[in-house]
Amino acid sequence: MNPISENLGFEPPKAVATAWVVDGAIDTRHGPILYMEDVSVSFDGFKALNNMSLYIDEGELRCLIGPNGAGKTTLMDVITGKTRPDSGSVFFGQTINLLKMDEPAIAQAGICRKFQKPSVFDALTVFENLELALKANKSTWHSLFFRLTTEQCDRINDVLLTIGLSGCSQQRAGILSHGQKQWLEIGMLLMQEPKVMLVDEPIAGMTHQEIERTAELLLSLQGKHSLVVVEHDMEFVRSIASKVTVLHEGTVLTEGTMDEVQNDPRVIQVYLGGSC
Amino acid sequence: MKLISLASQDKTTSALLTVLLLVSIFIPLCNLLTAADSPLHFSAYTVSLIGKYLTFALLGLSLDLVWGYCGILALGHGAFFALGGYAMGMYLMRQIGARGVYGDPLLPDFMVFLNWKELPWYWFGFNNFGFALLMVVLAPGVLAFRSRVTGVYLSIITQALTYALLLAFFRNEMGFGGNNGLTDFKDILGYNIQSETVRSMLLLLSGGALIVAFLVCRWIVSTKLGRVVTAIRDQESRVRFLGYRVEMFKLWIFVFAAMLAGVAGALYVPQVGIINPSEFSPLNSLEIVIWVAMGGRGTLYGAIVGAVLVNYSKTLLTGLLPDAWLFILGGLFIVVTLLLPDGIVGLLQRKLKGQMA
Repeated sequence: MNPISENLGFEPPKAVATAWVVDGAIDTRHGPILYMEDVSVSFDGFKALNNMSLYIDEGELRCLIGPNGAGKTTLMDVITGKTRPDSGSVFFGQTINLLKMDEPAIAQAGICRKFQKPSVFDALTVFENLELALKANKSTWHSLFFRLTTEQCDRINDVLLTIGLSGCSQQRAGILSHGQKQWLEIGMLLMQEPKVMLVDEPIAGMTHQEIERTAELLLSLQGKHSLVVVEHDMEFVRSIASKVTVLHEGTVLTEGTMDEVQNDPRVIQVYLGGSC
Repeated sequence: MKLISLASQDKTTSALLTVLLLVSIFIPLCNLLTAADSPLHFSAYTVSLIGKYLTFALLGLSLDLVWGYCGILALGHGAFFALGGYAMGMYLMRQIGARGVYGDPLLPDFMVFLNWKELPWYWFGFNNFGFALLMVVLAPGVLAFRSRVTGVYLSIITQALTYALLLAFFRNEMGFGGNNGLTDFKDILGYNIQSETVRSMLLLLSGGALIVAFLVCRWIVSTKLGRVVTAIRDQESRVRFLGYRVEMFKLWIFVFAAMLAGVAGALYVPQVGIINPSEFSPLNSLEIVIWVAMGGRGTLYGAIVGAVLVNYSKTLLTGLLPDAWLFILGGLFIVVTLLLPDGIVGLLQRKLKGQMA
């Protein structure tokens, strides 16, 4: 039950419901939680995205694969507002037009991103990194007088447990290992309680055990969040994905289960050479 | 109460606060209570000099907040100091009343000299001390807000800004006294500005303002806003993707620092007795950066130590070797940049740690 129907005591007519684009009321009744249609981006004539269309359902875990230059990172840049496409549309639910929002607005609406290169704040402690990510009013004034409530503190401690960093919550993030930084950043995503998590190369630099735990973690998150994971490691993708999208030269080459995709002759062609 | 508990958090801070308190209470007391020939007596000159150092320390502190914590290298911070100084200067000019050389009850001397018939609109209200104080904070605040602190060229733009103000304030038509600036002040709040009591009070106020500003800055950097600002310094784009409006945070910290600089300027002017356009000189703004870099950036107390030490050496050396000062300053800056990346404070801390180990 969404907050609006709670207040009204009955399910509101559709027109009312779609007029509300407040947090917690993202309209997904007519389809995907995130979709982009015919999106094109070019840099100096090079088409990074070429009429790309992609639909992400609520609660699904989608893996994106594709050779270098296929447009995976550009796609995330477009969704999070870092890059403006030349054409096309990107919607969050049915009603929120992401192309009209900037990065902070998109993040506050509930789309969060883990970067390819782990980007944590080295000068702050692990705990403080999570505190900054915590879902809260992020205006200057509220930040100045911000105080952690007990629930928020518990929440941070829960996430610390989840990402296995409880032991070093007071350490500076700068001294963490590469794998731990990756986890801290995933933890920062969790703190934001996003609807959609965009996860760029989560296992780079991790040991085997760490990779296994990351897979478990990501699997446990699907359902509650929609996840879009970009990864090169095929074995890892196989271990987590139910649906895989293959990108090539800025468009969707094919979609399907890992087995379907791996047996697709076009995919084999793209990965095992030929074109270049 | 919260500020006091913050103050006692670490030894460096409490040591610094003790010294500042002692200086701002002990020196005025000695000046007022002892006879002129007593060994404990400080001359009026010394009192004003130390008061001046304290205002510079406040200025350095405010720059450290934007540069050391937010990573904005503002090369025009002196502009806000000068603006605060002008606001105070305008109040002091209006207090002269009919005692000026030309004896005009309304117009300051330089306006009579320029043959102006009435007071420009922006001079109204400055006969009221409260209004002047408000302007001390507002004028730098509004200007800082207008400059929309974003973009890569900020350092150059702030430098250009202070230079533009320098040229503008040089013009007689601006109505701020042109080349000569504002001077010949008589009294402040009805008390003779030259008297030893007022000078001692100004020193006490400068010390008090510095202590309060230091504690407030300490508090700010300890809040979540402070941590967001530090995060912006290190990874600006990441902060944006966490949902923070980076430009609002930069603006907030920049405006707050500009206001502190304005207060420093307002305390500086009655102690030196003059404010003129040369305070807008880009060189002044660069010097502030040097104080902070030498003291140790991103520590708050480093800026205070740096400002006082550099200015003390300046007083000492411009007396002994007037021509060599700029070379020495430049040399010191190079030495600090190359050998002491954490400034004097960083060096001392490393020494102390070395002894403990």
